[in-house]
Amino acid sequence: MHLSQVLSYALRRLLQAVPVVLLIMVGTFLLLKMAPGDTVDALVGDMGGADAAYIEKLRAEYGLDQPVWVQLWRYMAKIVQFDFGWSFVYEKPVATILWERLGTTLLLMGSSLSLAFTIGVVLGAVAARRAYSLTDNMISTLGLVFYATPSFFLSLMMILLFSVKLGWLPVGGVKTIAAFHTGWAHVWDVALHLIMPTAALSLIYLSFYLRLMRASVLEVVELDFVRTARAKGAGEARLMVHHIMRNALLPVVTLLGLQFSTVLGGSVVVETIFALPGLGQLAYQSVIQRDMNMLMGIIFLCAIIVVIVNFLTDLLYARLDSRIALR
Amino acid sequence: MTGPVLDIRGLRIALPKGADRPFALAGLDLSVNAGEIVCLVGESGSGKSLTAGAIMRLLPEPHVHVAGGAILFEGRDLLALPEREMKAIRGDRIAQIFQEPMTALNPQKTVGWQIDEVLRLHTRMDRKARRARVLEMLDLVHIPDPTSVHGAYPHQISGGQRQRVMIAMSLCLSPRLVIADEPTTALDVTTQLQILKLIRELQQKEDAGILFITHDFGVVAEIADRVVVLSQGEMVEHGPAAEVLNAPQHPYTRALITAIPALIPPKPRNFQGAPVVLRAQGLTKTFAPRGGLLGGKRRTVKAVDNLSFDLHRGETLGVVGESGSGKTTVSRIVTRLLEADTGAVEVNGKDLLACSPRELREMRRHIQMVFQDPMASLNPRKRVQDIIAQGPIVHGTDPATARARARDLLELVELSPAAATRFPHEFSGGQRQRIGIARALAMEPKVIVADEPVSALDVSVQAQVLKLLADLRDRLHLSLLFVTHDLRVAAQLCDRVIVMQKGEIVESGVTADLFADPRHPYTQQLLASIPGRGWTPPDLKTDAA
Repeated sequence: MHLSQVLSYALRRLLQAVPVVLLIMVGTFLLLKMAPGDTVDALVGDMGGADAAYIEKLRAEYGLDQPVWVQLWRYMAKIVQFDFGWSFVYEKPVATILWERLGTTLLLMGSSLSLAFTIGVVLGAVAARRAYSLTDNMISTLGLVFYATPSFFLSLMMILLFSVKLGWLPVGGVKTIAAFHTGWAHVWDVALHLIMPTAALSLIYLSFYLRLMRASVLEVVELDFVRTARAKGAGEARLMVHHIMRNALLPVVTLLGLQFSTVLGGSVVVETIFALPGLGQLAYQSVIQRDMNMLMGIIFLCAIIVVIVNFLTDLLYARLDSRIALR
Repeated sequence: MTGPVLDIRGLRIALPKGADRPFALAGLDLSVNAGEIVCLVGESGSGKSLTAGAIMRLLPEPHVHVAGGAILFEGRDLLALPEREMKAIRGDRIAQIFQEPMTALNPQKTVGWQIDEVLRLHTRMDRKARRARVLEMLDLVHIPDPTSVHGAYPHQISGGQRQRVMIAMSLCLSPRLVIADEPTTALDVTTQLQILKLIRELQQKEDAGILFITHDFGVVAEIADRVVVLSQGEMVEHGPAAEVLNAPQHPYTRALITAIPALIPPKPRNFQGAPVVLRAQGLTKTFAPRGGLLGGKRRTVKAVDNLSFDLHRGETLGVVGESGSGKTTVSRIVTRLLEADTGAVEVNGKDLLACSPRELREMRRHIQMVFQDPMASLNPRKRVQDIIAQGPIVHGTDPATARARARDLLELVELSPAAATRFPHEFSGGQRQRIGIARALAMEPKVIVADEPVSALDVSVQAQVLKLLADLRDRLHLSLLFVTHDLRVAAQLCDRVIVMQKGEIVESGVTADLFADPRHPYTQQLLASIPGRGWTPPDLKTDAA
């Protein structure tokens, strides 16, 4: 893989992504418009009611009195310039709030996915190498238990055990609010806060990787080239590292790319339970408050993230599998 | 060192409970001397590959394990060695070459890396010395441009080159014993001959002992010094190659040798008066490139280029060529399983390629196919009678009638009617291919297109299926379009032969004439590459009577 090749591939993928993202935006805009109620209804509801003339005036102010097509056109014209508009709930530009929240979500997703991937792959490989033994049964059963437990339940049980009973870990939030830690103390503080959310989010996905990796390794072990390597006099460790793992990882990497978007969705629940100021929690509140601009901004951001992650997965895949050429 | 390199005494290999026999190998005695090629011959299931596994101590234990006997390598019993010492012997003193060069190499590592691994495992050579040795080995197995192959991945080089790489890998530490497990079975005839020559040449240079496992007596005739014949795990015959090949003693060996299609074509039959049932005109098919490799544009591939032929009623036309010659594409086009770019296929006087989807369904009953892999081409979840009756039922036959007819057809292909209610996996390869033939016959076609119908079968089964095909052809006045890579098979069955190379017909004619006097250099080369062409199997039928 040469750099110029990767760049030209990236450019092509970027061009392909533009219509995809636009289509997503138009689609969600129309869907949201179809849902009953708008920002004004929510605002007025919060105020405890207002007279009809005032409501009309608010609608006109926000441009909500226009036909849907006009609203759509106005929104799309702004979004192509990366202008996300104004949040009438937070009374701030949408972009500012998204930017504040993005870091937390990426941190949570990154840590839980890499944790799930690493541990899942290792446990899966171990289980496969000792297939049908006690170790394998224990690992597989554990995976099944994690898989079958809903994340909200897992989260609540962890809070009950580690925060309420044992008092080891903080209940929620991303940092101790009044402590104003700096430097490493701050990093440690954030890490402590993220342990439970990360665990809750990663345990479910871990079982996916575990099962796939186990099946994949079992398949690769049977292949001819593994037998060739044995006939060359290679030991078990060498077989595993050089011949089996690299080939067995391929399907798992595919799943990694696909699951990224699911994890984004899963983080809504976990962020809400642990009161993490991330995109998921923001999305949830925006739906309740009919904060149209905010919601559209979140969806736009998520679409971009998914496109980027898919691109990175493809690059990784091409790097891992010599038979695949970028085009 | 005196004495044999390898000396196997009374080797027995046990199969798991519930297998078709308790021992995969029941008492094998075999020795290989330095500088000698010993061929271990047998059909599938004879236990020949397990012998290799036992020597390397790479049997799928504990299900399959050595139950008795000794394997002496240079005087030491391999079975008694601890795994550590065995690991040191594998790849260094004993090397193995496998059948399928595509799958036997790791797809994710470069060729150079994989040969290098042997050196890294068994020597203390530094990186530079290892690289020099790898390049030297690649050159030794006659790979053009070793430096570029060194950095290539297995999928980037051809099948023949891959097998050369495999050989280079096994020979780079000058092992005393090389186990070659069907090393040329997956290769084209011309490549096969080159590889056999290479093995001979290197063996003479290195003076190693070679245990050559094969099912092909042609290859045996080409390469063996001594022969050991295995049947169902029993050693039935052994001796010098010339003796076993020309004067086999055991009935099983005689049966095997009789089953080999002789290179004697049938007497030309006259089809001048017979009507043409299948006429192909100007068939062309181009495959568009599947994206540029590493950015470079790849050419479009012309799989079939302006191909025309006639097939008369009752006639068998062979389409012969090596892999990539376009012969399978031809069979797919004339049955319209693949759309041609241009050209016409007249079946029964009507152009099949111009038919509307509805007319095509009607036309399909006239031309049916028998596929290569009888395992993969029968739906595993359907009973045999439903597989056979499905075609007629789709075309409007009453299901009960169609099933009754399926039973008749089973009898026609010499299977018991009781087979009708069983599933495909309960049958052997040869029986499955008979079911495939019955399935094709169910539509009462005029033409049967057979794509390598016997290449997945053992030689004795192959002979039976070929005989059945010839028999049915004569009784039902069928016309056969017979696609094969095996010239022996073509010689036995086909009235006329088309030789294809790179999508074009290079030569065609009556089989007997073409075999006796090939005009085109490529045909000459093909005929010269048939393994064991210098050996005519002895006529055993007369003295057996």
